[in-house]
Amino acid sequence: MLLDYSSSFHYVMALLPELVLTVWGMVVLIAGVSRKQREGPGQELGWLALAGLALAAVTNGWLYSGVSEAGTGAMIAVDRFRLFANWVFILGAGMAIVISLSYVARQRLQAGEYYSLILFAVVGMMFMGSARDLMMIFLGLELMSIGIYALAGFNRRDRRSAEAGLKYFLLGAFASGFLLFGIALVYGAAGSTNITAVAAAVQDGTTVAGLMIPGVALLATGFAFKVSAVPFHMWVPDVYEGAPTPVTAFMAASVKAAAFVAFLRVFMVGLDGLYEQWANILWWIAAVTMVAGNVIALVQSSVKRMLAYSSIAHGGYLLVAIVAANDTAASGLLFYLLVYTIMTIGAFAVVVTVGNQSEANARIEDYGGLGWRKPVLGVLMTVLLLSLAGFPGTAGFIAKYHLLLGAAESRLWYLIVILVLSTVVSYWYYLRVAWYMWMKEAPPGADSADPAITPFATRIVLVVSVAIIILAGIFPDAVLELAAGSAESLRGVAGGRQ
Amino acid sequence: MLTPALLLSAVIFVIGTLGVIVRKNAIIIFLCIELQLNAVNLAFVALSRYTGIEGQLYVFFVMTVAAAEAAVGLAIIISIFRHYETVNVDKFNLLKW
Repeated sequence: MLLDYSSSFHYVMALLPELVLTVWGMVVLIAGVSRKQREGPGQELGWLALAGLALAAVTNGWLYSGVSEAGTGAMIAVDRFRLFANWVFILGAGMAIVISLSYVARQRLQAGEYYSLILFAVVGMMFMGSARDLMMIFLGLELMSIGIYALAGFNRRDRRSAEAGLKYFLLGAFASGFLLFGIALVYGAAGSTNITAVAAAVQDGTTVAGLMIPGVALLATGFAFKVSAVPFHMWVPDVYEGAPTPVTAFMAASVKAAAFVAFLRVFMVGLDGLYEQWANILWWIAAVTMVAGNVIALVQSSVKRMLAYSSIAHGGYLLVAIVAANDTAASGLLFYLLVYTIMTIGAFAVVVTVGNQSEANARIEDYGGLGWRKPVLGVLMTVLLLSLAGFPGTAGFIAKYHLLLGAAESRLWYLIVILVLSTVVSYWYYLRVAWYMWMKEAPPGADSADPAITPFATRIVLVVSVAIIILAGIFPDAVLELAAGSAESLRGVAGGRQ
Repeated sequence: MLTPALLLSAVIFVIGTLGVIVRKNAIIIFLCIELQLNAVNLAFVALSRYTGIEGQLYVFFVMTVAAAEAAVGLAIIISIFRHYETVNVDKFNLLKW
């Protein structure tokens, strides 16, 4: 089916997954406020939200398999790049909801608001991934961020959660201000906020350089805040540590994924003609992010905080793909985001379980002897950590390898060396957790404080994600082809860089 | 007229940015962020004279977003005030800033 927007029906088609989730989020919200607190913790609302995500995934698949668009000028792209990214966001939200089920019940959080905020945030992410207009990116970003601000501060009884919410809100809004000013300047310089039109204006040289260059710099700053690149990463460890752990998982995986997808589309498609100007600065940001993220992660004593720095480091690896800005890098970025979502939320699922559905037991000592007390959990966590480290045989390795291929195609040799060396450094802090789990004694009193149960839904998520990670580590071809086929749709506009 | 308007917008934006960095009261910081957003609005309106009507439309988007942000932001500030009895960001030190 070809969407040419001749009838208003086509607009509905193009936005089907977003519309499904918007309506579903409202349904969950109404269902949540119309039930009484004493009727139980509200796990069924979580399942309701998951049903909505499943429906959105199916409609997304329908768009992927048979729908194309006429031209590349529309505000919303109906290309496979967007649709693949949508799946990644839906998967991340689904996993985050599953690991939230017991947590929300145990912490007595308001389930209706919690799950509907996650759904609305996913809608925002989808708009970021699909936007072919800078203003749409801003609106999607805000839709996502406002939901996440509330989620980060969701546990009103916990001081640290309130603090995380405030810090995330102030710095997030600050960063959006930069992004918005960048959009205004690019709009002034190119005469349009449409990415295709901006790209054309840049190619023709009809932009006003005095506005364009500061505009691009401000855009890059705004995005760098959102993808938590060094030196704009100050908020990340605090917010990730203070927010409720399932929310942290969602932030670390999906929010970052959405920011990267929008980042790539704006810079690779819209600002392709200015590559020489922005590539240098992003080169440095990527290098510093990889090095600083990995080095600071070495000295963390809290596993949650360590994972926060690890997510900064992964952001650095992904920035390499943006600097490379070619087809291989774009498909590598998509594949990496998928794998990163699975392994990050998986690792946080273990943190939630070890924390006994609360914020307890987050120190690395609390993982002492965990492997012997809870062998299955220990093995699963070990595989997840190995994959995060990029150990051969896991999907994390394949993903990193494809980022390197993309970087090699653009001849970024120094960046490749930094990526490989900082990966080697990262082995230390990932394996340190594994070492504590298998080689250390349990901390005193651990048996009484131990996680009594791993909720059944969390078990399923953990086993499935580890299975995917190992399978995709050994037989990655099917997923890689899907990612490569999806990334190709960007080239129609970008022209491809050698 | 475009250059003075854009310069004024840039100056207001910088004042907002400095305010976020220098001030310690969470509400003042938030107001400085609003100042930034309104500086951008000014730029949009000024530019729309040359690029078409969209610029003025975007101002409405930005105002709506700012209102939504204010609702959530003030709620977060109230919730943290209940814990600390202050809105001075220097006092929120449970997490290493």
